[in-house]
Amino acid sequence: MSNAMKKEKKREPRFHIVKRESLVWYKAMSIRVIAILLALVVCGIITTITTGINPLNVYESMVAGAFGSTRKTWITFQNTSILLLISLALTPAFKMKFWNIGGEGQVLIGGLASAVCMIYLEGKVPNAVMILCMIIASIGAGMIWGLIPALFKAKWNTNETLSTLMMNYIATQLVAFFVILEEVPKGSGKIGIINQNSNSGWLPQLFGSKYLLAIVVAVIITLFMAIYLRYSKHGYEINVVGESENTARYVGIKVEKVIIRTMMLSGAICGLAGLLLVGGINHTITTTIAGGEGFTAVLVSWMSKFNPFTMIISSLLIVFMERGAGEISTNFGLNHSYSDILTGIILFFIIGCEFFISYQLQYCKKTEKSGKEEA
Amino acid sequence: MKKKLISLLAVVALTVGTLAGCGGSGEQAPAGNETSDAAESDDSTEAEGDDAAENTAAASNVKAGFIFLHDENSTYDLNFLNGAKEACEQMGIEYITKTNIPEGQECYEAACELADAGCNFIFADSFGHEDYMIEAAKEYPEVQFCHATGTKAHTEQLDNFHNAFASIYDGRYLAGIVAGMKLNEMIDNGDITADQAKMGYVGAFTYAEVISGYTSFFLGARSVCPSVTMEVTFTGSWYDETAEKEGANKLIQDGCVLISQHADSMGAPTACETAGVPNVSYNGSTASACPNTFLVSSKINWAPYFIYAMNCVANGTAIDTDWCGSLETGSVELTELGSAVAEGTQEAIDAAKADLIAGNVHVFDTTTFTVEGASLDSYEADVDTDADYTPDHEVVSDGYFHESGEEFRSAPYFDVQIDGITLLDTAF
Repeated sequence: MSNAMKKEKKREPRFHIVKRESLVWYKAMSIRVIAILLALVVCGIITTITTGINPLNVYESMVAGAFGSTRKTWITFQNTSILLLISLALTPAFKMKFWNIGGEGQVLIGGLASAVCMIYLEGKVPNAVMILCMIIASIGAGMIWGLIPALFKAKWNTNETLSTLMMNYIATQLVAFFVILEEVPKGSGKIGIINQNSNSGWLPQLFGSKYLLAIVVAVIITLFMAIYLRYSKHGYEINVVGESENTARYVGIKVEKVIIRTMMLSGAICGLAGLLLVGGINHTITTTIAGGEGFTAVLVSWMSKFNPFTMIISSLLIVFMERGAGEISTNFGLNHSYSDILTGIILFFIIGCEFFISYQLQYCKKTEKSGKEEA
Repeated sequence: MKKKLISLLAVVALTVGTLAGCGGSGEQAPAGNETSDAAESDDSTEAEGDDAAENTAAASNVKAGFIFLHDENSTYDLNFLNGAKEACEQMGIEYITKTNIPEGQECYEAACELADAGCNFIFADSFGHEDYMIEAAKEYPEVQFCHATGTKAHTEQLDNFHNAFASIYDGRYLAGIVAGMKLNEMIDNGDITADQAKMGYVGAFTYAEVISGYTSFFLGARSVCPSVTMEVTFTGSWYDETAEKEGANKLIQDGCVLISQHADSMGAPTACETAGVPNVSYNGSTASACPNTFLVSSKINWAPYFIYAMNCVANGTAIDTDWCGSLETGSVELTELGSAVAEGTQEAIDAAKADLIAGNVHVFDTTTFTVEGASLDSYEADVDTDADYTPDHEVVSDGYFHESGEEFRSAPYFDVQIDGITLLDTAF
């Protein structure tokens, strides 16, 4: 990157943006490493300027926040699993160029279905039956939440970005209504832990660990999704529809059917994440139980270029930063917004560096004419 | 695809490596102060009924952990933070704080992390934390878990889970007197007529804690200004600056000439300052932000409870299942009066405070209010929390409603709608 720019006549652009053919893997990797290092340096500078805290201490406590103890490490992996699940759920829709930003609502409605089963079936059916009902209800509810925008898109070509987004608000309001309906005690605005003493409807612990279930489910779904997208006929159809609907029609793929089927799958996996959140982890339902993960998952899915295995790393990175940032606000008495600022800076660099992987800057050395070279 | 995976893996490995290389051990850096030889707690903040002289040597075996719903930007949490800091510094106890812990599984995780870090006294400040504290208490039987505003300790029967609250209705009653005096001044000055003496109140939820709060405030005001009425609006959140501000503005437009609130942001006080309407605050003084309209604020001082409970932990004695602080324990306080208060206010509240402490006056004296035109001779309150909200204890006797009574529970259960107060919306 020499900046030995010669004087230029008139107003020549100093550089052009040119699309790269492809980049060898180690170059792409080094660009990403540089981006992250730069992000950390910028975070450090901002930390020192604004708070006077040694940035090294900040980085240290970020690591401690995510991996500082056995429990913290488990929680980090559990949270990663949930984020990964939602990202996996959104991916087939994205590959099909169906912008499903309704993950949040699909998770919430799945969680709500679980909570409804837990509350209304309490004491009426055996625990195993209740859990079975929860599984069916959650997955079914998520599926329906994915199906509705898909139907509208397939039949009337409505804008799925808007409809999936609005389905989020409907889910949130339904949960809010249910919470007011079932709040304990009256007027407090919260349900609290459901079946705290009977533990009925609580998903079982695997091998005595309360954190393992979500992780195992996420691993299974990751494998399933990788195979589904790459090797199955469905996966191929999704690809073709994503590339060009007309091509898909031409080769005899029923586009409407693919859209509906894929969105039902997308919603179903989101519903499963909701089941894990309510039945396995929180044992309650609130409007914020999905915690914005439905939107973060969009980022994860895109950052990973829709590759299920890359998503493992991406979601781990994001959860690591979230938890590390939370630790900073505890340890240094900083406001929670501060950790959001750090996360924002790091994400900006990570996403920004993709530009330099796809494109390169060509400096203009000795252009005579004012005519532009086309990239 | 594979290349990408490898590259991302390497990136992460490098990042983690870089980060890990940056420091030594991953030791926590508690915000606590570890000075020894802390002064003995002075008598004014001495916990009730705990006359044993505490020695700092015993206190050094206590490590405290505090869980807060928000951070210092919330007046509610700031009040707890200050109490925790005061108590721990006074006793020379090391402590860790965790802020911005939501009312969910995060609270359980935070409590467990504190226990893992060696804390043997763990406290959470928000109502919704309770269930998660109970879960943690079951898992760590040797650690004492205490929870403010909760209702379940007396029914859960755990040795290491305790509720605490204070008779804040006394404080609100006194704050109500300040408001009533201000209304009288406005009537005397001819600013309003006696009929226009309408107060507004911004509440969070239609929950007993809020109902008890605004009713005691109203009764305090009416004890000096008989013509007063009040309108109450609810925001459906304990912290929603916009909603609280909107709520206050709506009440002001409705003709309310004095505002108070029971929610935790600066929304209502700043709306009042902008509109020039007197404000009675909660949790702490808002005089610096609202110099022209701040009248007074009632608050719970949590330091006496923390000192009491941590002494119990130090000495190995049992903590009360339900601890209720009062004016006498120094738990219920009024802040300094603002510059806008009416003349003679200090004398009036001093007299009322003495009467409350002496038991001559009860806030919920059934001769001072009516419910749908009739006096309240008997009331079954829902003291034991269960899903059915079934009333289970008779709480009216000796001519007054026994709020936070010793034989019941510390958290409020007064949820009666009395005459003179209009609820504008009860969606929450």
